[in-house]
Amino acid sequence: MSSYLELTARERLARLFDTGSFEEFLPPAARVISPHLAQLDAPVSFDDGVAVGRAVLDGVPVFCAAQEGGFMGGAVGEVHGAKLTGMLRRAVAERASAVVLLLESGGVRLHEANAGLIAVSEVMRAVLDTRAAGIPVVALVGGSNGCFGGMGIVARCANAVVMSEEGRLAMSGPEVIETASGVEEFDSRDRALVWRTTGGKHRYLMGDCQFIAADDVARFRQGAVDAIAASRTAGVELSLAALETEQSLLGERIARFGECTDPLDTWTALGIADAKAVPMMDADSFAATAATHRLGGPQ
Amino acid sequence: MNWIEVAALLFPAGYSITERDNFLSGSARVGEFDVAVVGTTEHAPIGVEIALAQAKFILQTVREHPGRPILILVDTQGQRLRHRDEMLGINSYMAHLGKCVDLARRSGHKIIGLVYDQALSGGFITSGLMADACYALPDATIRVMGLPAMARITKVPEERLIELAASNPVFAPGPENYARMGGIEAIWQGDLGASLAKALQDAPQADSRSALGQARGGRKLAQSVIDAILAGRNVLAP
Repeated sequence: MSSYLELTARERLARLFDTGSFEEFLPPAARVISPHLAQLDAPVSFDDGVAVGRAVLDGVPVFCAAQEGGFMGGAVGEVHGAKLTGMLRRAVAERASAVVLLLESGGVRLHEANAGLIAVSEVMRAVLDTRAAGIPVVALVGGSNGCFGGMGIVARCANAVVMSEEGRLAMSGPEVIETASGVEEFDSRDRALVWRTTGGKHRYLMGDCQFIAADDVARFRQGAVDAIAASRTAGVELSLAALETEQSLLGERIARFGECTDPLDTWTALGIADAKAVPMMDADSFAATAATHRLGGPQ
Repeated sequence: MNWIEVAALLFPAGYSITERDNFLSGSARVGEFDVAVVGTTEHAPIGVEIALAQAKFILQTVREHPGRPILILVDTQGQRLRHRDEMLGINSYMAHLGKCVDLARRSGHKIIGLVYDQALSGGFITSGLMADACYALPDATIRVMGLPAMARITKVPEERLIELAASNPVFAPGPENYARMGGIEAIWQGDLGASLAKALQDAPQADSRSALGQARGGRKLAQSVIDAILAGRNVLAP
């Protein structure tokens, strides 16, 4: 077993896809760096925190990207975002079989705030353009920096999300909420609460991720294979019917759980007898418990 | 300007828009077209309810009024910063709204965004920035985050950020900077009704913001990086 969480972006690419198959577009040797960081005396990286390219997954050629949490938390700047957008557009141009996004990001890189915000919206549109071309896009979330801000939105624009319990998927980080609304609103140092709220188990039970995996590269690999197959079955492109279904699921979620103050309450409301035991369950026993209680995942 | 003043200038031929809990929806007459109007006001924080309300209106427009153009009126302080919203999965609600806008575009609706007051990060990225083209009024504020908060997080002194913001569109709030980077198509002055009619006529189907940012000098690398990847070569020297 090999922890997905602890690997770098490039190690994930090397181990998740078929051996030796990853071929990078604009590799570090191309030396394409952020044009904005130098004036802030911030360090630069020769890949701007993301590797994009193509690889083979279980014998099938796919396009892929991996964000590096070790460089500015995987945050999206002008070049980082353009690499993702470029890869997605090339996937469409070359009629890729599927796209696999290994996401780990705090969202927009504040050092290049305005450019980063526009870049994330370009990535969102490029993901949806890819789906519109009939190419499934799946997102894997299991890095130590989580998947936040605009990238948390991008993940949910994909056909399916694969998460580990340790992965976190959300919009605003707990520190941001605590700073803006007070510690009584969200205590960012309460790690158990942070994981209950943003972690893979809660997201899986609510239907925000469709596959839960143990923190193991082989499990994520299988999750990606399964997610691509499931996306084809469910229909890759957006449709009015699918979005109307998602609309009612999201509406029901507010109606059912809008009064809850802790994710534990939502798990109890889902009918899980011993909600307090959920955080301690290993991935397989959790998946078994969740199978009969989780909400249908909106696509 | 509040939304009623803006609506009067945008829709001299008349409109019927209602405001409920900072959520705006309705329709208006622009030239010979009926236009669906949706958006927010009072610098609304975008929580799960108001994101879903906007999505519902857009889906209804697609179902009941095929092809009717859509105008998104943007005034938001960004996503609502609450534990409850995160517990309910606010990123999924935001993504849903973005997907609904995208579906409308692909179903033949022209979609224009207009920042008439304030646009911030999460509230903007799934509304105005998802439109075919987004415009702004001259006094609009557009930003990711205020400079004091940005200084705290980036650990760059605020004075340095203020100094940089004067010359570099990447930090400074304001519609001109977003226009230079291609995120805002143009800033509307003068006859707003005529500007909207023209915007509906010109609405691009494909996302051309990185090319616009390059042409206007605000984002020098984005388009070159995209082109290089598409062509399977390195970035060419400018």
